[in-house]
Amino acid sequence: MRHTISVLVENKFGVLARIAGLFSARGYNIASLAVSETMDPEISYMTIVVEAEDVKVLEQIKKQLNKLIDVITVTDFTKKEHIDREMILAKVNYSAKEKVKLEGLFDKYVGKIIKAKGDTAIIEAVGDQGQIKALLDQLDKFGVKELVRTGRLAIAE
Amino acid sequence: MTGAKILVECLKREGVGAIFGYPGGVVLPIFDELYDSDIKFILTRHEQGAAHAADGYSRATGKIGVCLATSGPGATNLVTGIATAYMDSIPMVAITGQVKTFLIGSDAFQEADITGVTRPVTKHNFLVKDVKDLALIIREAFFIASTGRPGPVLIDLPVDVQQAETEFVWPEDVQIRGYKPTYFGHPGQIKKAARLISQAKQPVIYAGGGVITSGAHRELKELAEKIKAPVAMTLMGLGGFPGTHELSLGMLGMHGTAYANHAIMGADLIIAVGARFDDRVTGRLDAFAPHAKIVHIDIDPASISKNVKVEVPVVGDAKNILGQLIEEIKKAPDISAWLKTVEDWRKRHPLHYKDNDKIKPQYVVEQIYDLTKGDAIITTEVGQNQMWAAQWYKYLHPRSLISSGGLGTMGFGFPAAMGAKVACPDKTVIDIAGDGSIQMNIQELATCVCNKINVKVAILNNGYLGMVRQWQELFYKRRYSQVCIYAPDFVKLAESYGAVGILVTRKEEVRPAIERALSVDNTVFMDFRVEPEENVFPMVPAGKAINEIIGGLA
Ligand SMILES: Cc1ncc(C[n+]2csc(CCOP(=O)(O)OP(=O)(O)O)c2C)c(N)n1
Ligand SMILES: [Mg+2]
Repeated sequence: MRHTISVLVENKFGVLARIAGLFSARGYNIASLAVSETMDPEISYMTIVVEAEDVKVLEQIKKQLNKLIDVITVTDFTKKEHIDREMILAKVNYSAKEKVKLEGLFDKYVGKIIKAKGDTAIIEAVGDQGQIKALLDQLDKFGVKELVRTGRLAIAE
Repeated sequence: MTGAKILVECLKREGVGAIFGYPGGVVLPIFDELYDSDIKFILTRHEQGAAHAADGYSRATGKIGVCLATSGPGATNLVTGIATAYMDSIPMVAITGQVKTFLIGSDAFQEADITGVTRPVTKHNFLVKDVKDLALIIREAFFIASTGRPGPVLIDLPVDVQQAETEFVWPEDVQIRGYKPTYFGHPGQIKKAARLISQAKQPVIYAGGGVITSGAHRELKELAEKIKAPVAMTLMGLGGFPGTHELSLGMLGMHGTAYANHAIMGADLIIAVGARFDDRVTGRLDAFAPHAKIVHIDIDPASISKNVKVEVPVVGDAKNILGQLIEEIKKAPDISAWLKTVEDWRKRHPLHYKDNDKIKPQYVVEQIYDLTKGDAIITTEVGQNQMWAAQWYKYLHPRSLISSGGLGTMGFGFPAAMGAKVACPDKTVIDIAGDGSIQMNIQELATCVCNKINVKVAILNNGYLGMVRQWQELFYKRRYSQVCIYAPDFVKLAESYGAVGILVTRKEEVRPAIERALSVDNTVFMDFRVEPEENVFPMVPAGKAINEIIGGLA
């Protein structure tokens, strides 16, 4: 099961290594990790999607994160109303013939063709897990040459 | 003030009584400051010795042990000692020199990324990049090391920061927003725990090192006597409850007493205090204490429900919580039938060994107990010696046993004894050692002799890496692979350092040798030539339920 948690941390060097080290040392899996500064430059915000087979593992992950001195708060979104989003950039096969079809996708999904050149179009899109997955299934029909994703971001409601 | 001067000033203000360490290039400014300081400095012969000595100092007193080393190899030599302290939650501050800040990352001479290396084995660590932060970092380091669940903290101090100048401001107060340990138990949880205890028919108290760390031994005794529950201890918990008390079951777990293991397996309520359900204690987890509800008292929330399911978690300091709990328990349960059963196990399966006219290692430990009247500080190495020291010496007071439990570090006992003796000069300090382990930090003989740190080392010399040999005998068909260990002539070796060596080859020489060792005013190595293939029993093979005991039932 995947769970989304967010962690507020002191914005000090080595903090990311501490978090990453904790996951690797204890054998926990990170599915995605997004880090950035907050409005307070002394504090960073991390959204971590973790793989945990049961609640016990998830509880341990949260407790172990909380034990780190540089961790200020840990929020588990599993049972919390929240909004989550992910952004992707993708290079897909492109031809004048399929232009309309490709553009048509963005009637339904939030995104656009940023650039189309030769046989490649670069696409950006934003959505929650379900939307991104559905969009990727669609894009796959055109042929995805390259894909980068930010990882999930989450914020409590 | 320079950074080096600020460091020494802060150490003084933190009340540091002794520093164990070793000099080198990038710590020259610190050593120059120490030259004028009245803080006692013990120059060890290896940085590992310094780390274990600081650890032993801390375990003997509860005060923060401090060790100091240069960058690169000096710093990496501390790592085993830091990891040892980490696994046993020992408050310690390790200070390392580092190359100049602008050289960091350039593979400079004697550069090692020691904050990177020690991240998983410290409670926290710091690289000081600006001398203005130094005083606060030192304050935070001592605060973090000694509060909550204690542990080692490392401060990496580049040489240019040691030389840089700033105005010295002593931070009166330490506030770390991400670090707020809980000290008192939640009243609701205390009530629930008290209710379970009042209803219990077969309770057992399972006491770990947290009892000693928190100084909860009096409260533990009061609770045990109030509800008349037997008390089983982990290796780290020994001394937390008097080993001679009628409710003491001694140690539980892999080499615990059969009656402690039977009691925990038969319990309907386990009151765990400052213990973490380590695999050496629980044996096969899914078979552990099948009928028991568990009340778990611990200052570290992450220790609770990590390995076993807990009915009532109580997060906080053991001393406070036991105090709260004693108040809350109005009615002691009637458990006389249970105590009878436990006594019956005790009678049927006592700790025992087959004594004969050879020197049995257990006999040596018993004689040490007898001659010190349980009043010494015992440190141990790792292996059979450690288990015999745990089984056959009765620990009456907290901090009377100093042993590497979590990491199981051979070579720990001798330098730890040295640190304990520096901390408690009026105490007799004895390292119960193996012939293998003692060779791992034997260089500290020089430190002991030079500084007149008179520790006594009782080597249970069986000619083997005995504990490994025991496993090879029992589980690998006696195929002894690399366990026969050649040792030097320990008597001559001790003498060559200016210490005293005593060779003991006959049983009747055991007591006189110990008596002599205790009476001479010097460091003493006692070389007891014990039965080579003696085994530690009882024993629960790894991965078995802890009542599947071999060898202890005879
Ligand atoms: C640093 C280290 N290396 C290896 C081990 C594995 N080990 C555990 S006990 C033991 C044998 C110890 O031999 P000795 O000190 O003679 O003690 P004995 O068991 O014979 O009493 C070994 C090698 C360890 N615990 N620590
Ligand atoms: Mg041996």
